Amino acid sequence: MNTDNKLLTVSASPHRRTEDTTGGIMIDVVIALLPALVLSVVLFGFRSLLVVAVSVAACVILEYLSRKIMKRNNTLGDFSAVITGMLLAFNLPPSMPLWMVVIGDAVAIVVVKQFFGGIGQNFVNPALVGRIVLMTSFPTYTNNFTEPFAWRNPEVDAVTSATPLAQFAGNYSRQGVITAMNSSQMPTLSEMFFGIYGGCLGETCAAALILGGVYLCIRKVISPRIPLYYIGTVALIMLIAGRGNIQFVLYQLLSGGLMLGAIFMATDYTTSPIKTKGKIIFAVGCGVITSLIRIYGSLPEGVSFSIILMNILVPHIETLTTPKPFGALREKKQKGEAVK
Amino acid sequence: MANKKSLREEFTKGIVKENPVLRLVLGTCPTLATTTSMESAIGMGVSAAIVLVCSNIVISALRKVIPQKVRIPCYIVVIASFVTIVQLLVKAFVPTLDQQLGVYLPLIVVNCIILGRAEAFAGKNGVLASAVDGLGMGIGFTCALIVMSAIRELLGAGSLLGHELLPIPPMTIFILAPGGFFVFGIVMALANKLAEAGGGKKAELGGCKACPMASSCEKLANGGCEKSAESDEKDKEAVK
Repeated sequence: MNTDNKLLTVSASPHRRTEDTTGGIMIDVVIALLPALVLSVVLFGFRSLLVVAVSVAACVILEYLSRKIMKRNNTLGDFSAVITGMLLAFNLPPSMPLWMVVIGDAVAIVVVKQFFGGIGQNFVNPALVGRIVLMTSFPTYTNNFTEPFAWRNPEVDAVTSATPLAQFAGNYSRQGVITAMNSSQMPTLSEMFFGIYGGCLGETCAAALILGGVYLCIRKVISPRIPLYYIGTVALIMLIAGRGNIQFVLYQLLSGGLMLGAIFMATDYTTSPIKTKGKIIFAVGCGVITSLIRIYGSLPEGVSFSIILMNILVPHIETLTTPKPFGALREKKQKGEAVK
Repeated sequence: MANKKSLREEFTKGIVKENPVLRLVLGTCPTLATTTSMESAIGMGVSAAIVLVCSNIVISALRKVIPQKVRIPCYIVVIASFVTIVQLLVKAFVPTLDQQLGVYLPLIVVNCIILGRAEAFAGKNGVLASAVDGLGMGIGFTCALIVMSAIRELLGAGSLLGHELLPIPPMTIFILAPGGFFVFGIVMALANKLAEAGGGKKAELGGCKACPMASSCEKLANGGCEKSAESDEKDKEAVK
């Protein structure tokens, strides 16, 4: 047997079993996402429930079919396809045509997840890739944001509105920031906190997402490190970019997909580091890339891209942060040996 | 070695079994760059095939004159002259294609497929065999480009050879670079499957060592994901 595996040798009994199963953890995540779903139905009408339902159904069916065609065992019982479907739908506007939602699901489940071997093998977050593919393919549809409560007025089809980040976009100068914040189109901070502004159907309501995040932390499904370091890094950079303007920092934290991304996407087990130190590097990296894309990029929002880029770096972060076994000798440098 | 193969085999091997793009993974750059529309893909494929056949013939005819040490510069000179001829012809007769292909037309000079065939085949084999090999490889290259560009143009721009076909909004990502890689990977997998079915060599995928997690994966020591999954199952059965 390889000496590297010594640490993995099972110790003598007694062993303690936990009740945690993959399915159980995934159900906890679904429960944590429910408040945001309920609020999104209140804000954007039953259309958003329809988008979520179609997305979840498509993911489950596609997962079943692709496993069947590839002659692998059925993995529907772990509910991971349900989560992918929900997260992808949460990243889309309520007005998204349903067939496009299904295409996004196909990319997420078939290409990103099953082509690489299914649950636990995908190297990036499937829902995010699905979203990015839809965003680059159908930009007019993914940027068509409905005003909240527009569904209550049946005479109007939909009122579209610019998201807060789109109003900041391209103008992060001192004067530009103040003008954007004082504009009549900009929602107030409390409206931002409760999600009463146009945006993707599941990402507007920070309150519901934070509630879900706290639930996940209490149930110990996720550790609060990644969300806190991620959001903290964005806050710090935005504090510098906004020359100490606290109001601006709050707007930045509450807008776009930051809360959804930091709490539910960056904490995905498969695509985030295992060790604490690695988690911190990962989360800070996400925060830096998000802020840079928001301030300097040509897109108003960078959460999806930042998480995907850091996902790709995870294996390298893991290698760098692997702890040394206690008492192990440090590997001698090649150079030193050559001198001898 | 190659003399044992019949001319027919030399010709057909380039199409699927040893397809330069999909099986030998050569010439990836022009493949990804020119498959955004079927028109430019056909133009690229045909021009490269012409250069490939001509340069294979000349290099094979000169193979006993070219000194071994300076063979690569000699090959490049031959290839570059044919590329210049093709480029001038394209410029004169189909100027729109010249604009579409842009820098990729002169870049055929350093196309891996052509240099690769010169080095691996034409420099060692007779004129006729080299011509047939070049023709097969050229057709294989053109076919790969046509298949990829058809998928990319249809899904990414909703058209084929410039004719609008899809009634629904197209997925722009397919004519962008990421979509090109998606299509490339999937078509390559299909070609591997086809070639293996036809008795070709199984594609070497590098197994678990090619995985980005290889350096931190404990399964590698146990013989990789598949093997360790198998042994896990055996363990389970043993427990039962």
